[in-house]
Amino acid sequence: MSQAWIYTVVYFAWLIGAACFVLGLHLMNSPATGRNGNRLSASGMVLAVGGTFVWLLLQPGGMSGISLAIIVVGFLLGGGAGLYTARTVKMTAMPQLVSLFNAVGGGAAALVAIDDFIKLATGDVAADLSTTIFVVLGVLFGSVTFTGSLIAGGKLQGLIPGKPIVVPGGQIVTIAVAAVALIGTVILVLGAAGVFALSSGLTLVMLALIVAAGLVFGVTMVLPIGGADMPVVISLLNALTGTAAAMAGFVIGNPVLIIAGALVGASGTILTNLMATAMNRSVLNILAGGFGTGDSTAGSAVAGAGGSVREISADDAAIQLAYAQSVIIVPGYGLAVAQAQHQVRELAELLEAKGVDVKYAIHPVAGRMPGHMNVLLAEANVPYPQLKEMDEINPDFERCDVALVVGANDVTNPAARNPGSPVSGMPILDVDHAKSIIVIKRSMGRGYAGIDNELYTNPKTGMLFADAKEGLQALTAAVKAV
Amino acid sequence: MSTDLLNALALFALAILVGFEVISKVPATLHTPLMSGANSIHGIVLVGAMLIAAEADNPLSYLLAFVAMTFGAMNVVGGYVVTDRMLQMFRKKAPAKPVAAESTEGQA
Repeated sequence: MSQAWIYTVVYFAWLIGAACFVLGLHLMNSPATGRNGNRLSASGMVLAVGGTFVWLLLQPGGMSGISLAIIVVGFLLGGGAGLYTARTVKMTAMPQLVSLFNAVGGGAAALVAIDDFIKLATGDVAADLSTTIFVVLGVLFGSVTFTGSLIAGGKLQGLIPGKPIVVPGGQIVTIAVAAVALIGTVILVLGAAGVFALSSGLTLVMLALIVAAGLVFGVTMVLPIGGADMPVVISLLNALTGTAAAMAGFVIGNPVLIIAGALVGASGTILTNLMATAMNRSVLNILAGGFGTGDSTAGSAVAGAGGSVREISADDAAIQLAYAQSVIIVPGYGLAVAQAQHQVRELAELLEAKGVDVKYAIHPVAGRMPGHMNVLLAEANVPYPQLKEMDEINPDFERCDVALVVGANDVTNPAARNPGSPVSGMPILDVDHAKSIIVIKRSMGRGYAGIDNELYTNPKTGMLFADAKEGLQALTAAVKAV
Repeated sequence: MSTDLLNALALFALAILVGFEVISKVPATLHTPLMSGANSIHGIVLVGAMLIAAEADNPLSYLLAFVAMTFGAMNVVGGYVVTDRMLQMFRKKAPAKPVAAESTEGQA
């Protein structure tokens, strides 16, 4: 009797935990309540995990010493590693860390499903049809997201080249592993449905094949996708991990895994779509590009055809900036890559000390991920009210003396206003409306869209060819000397 | 299908609908923290890892459960901490300029 009572209490702990996840996620829709939302969600997690632990301790007979050791040591080891990396990671490297956490989450979901299935396959009672289906899906999603997220993180970290990697025959491998996974699934499901008898050995071989196919598929799916699309891919894999967790929940019959997993699966899908829309891409387009149809990999750094480019020295640029009344800084991907957020803040403070009004124009997808630029600049102690969203700042460009573009390209391309360009329809910052424009950029290389930027050939534009960090340092030194 | 399975499917379906609704008009600024926050939530698989660890009784199970525990714990703890670090940045700063010396990291 007492057992049932304890289970009821734990069940409520799970339900309250799940409610905390929903409310927490909802609060994270707004910057003002975001932090509390995350804390609420974390409290729900503590309740669910802590409740489970107490429940396991109170089981009749308790846990074996080994089980207890596995839980405690595993938690301390993984939790410690997570805590350490999360606290020490540079904010610029944060997207790949999220990807790493997503990978291990997917791996854990796959392992839980695998373990349960091995128990069933080697036990007296054969796995029933529904369990088999959930196991196979959980294992597949978990393995794909494990290797997929590792590759995505590796690309962002620069361990793997960010450009789309197209291996000859890569498509064939992708199709082959997909076929293996499908055939393995069909055999297991038919076996579980009783169409034919499967020995437990053969069942396990099939499961191993599915795991292997999932792992390879994760690699071949992400490798050919370009680095700029990684945020969307990570978000998609994040949703997939959620679904894998829900499948694991079905397998072990646990409600909180099902609720939390489905919640992440659905909200992650919505978020993936929002991200893709903000980048003027469709999710299918990104994934299809991954199969070698869309992206042109030729990122040749050639000067554009029409119009000539005016180069400007750091000293000239500094004079323009120092005597301007208002300056709008447009930070982009190049600033994030060069980790120049502190340098840009230094320059801005110097200009403000000279009485210049400085604002930052943040494009929704500036940086390596949507919202990433806000985080980077906030880390460099840029006052939050100075960061202006695109719609808010665009009318201000008309009145601004100098627009300083640091490592941003496609999001400033006026070609987006005209039809017939790859960036057509993409929301852009109206940098070309400013009275004069300074662009810090390493070369005339093209942005992700692979087209020339008319902004650079605009007569109002001066190009300062430098790495974002070095360029800003040179500018700061020159402004000091003015 | 058993009642348990039907109940589980009902939970699943309702949770999906909640998931679709809970994220709506979120500003792009928050996409990254929100993704990270959702990422921590699927660390709930840690509960699953604990349950299989409790039932483990052979070396293979021990190994699978141990790796699952480690992975899950990393996902949960790291996920929440890094999300908190990101969201912490969105505090409205006081009108007075923050002292530059405050930022010690990342200057190198």
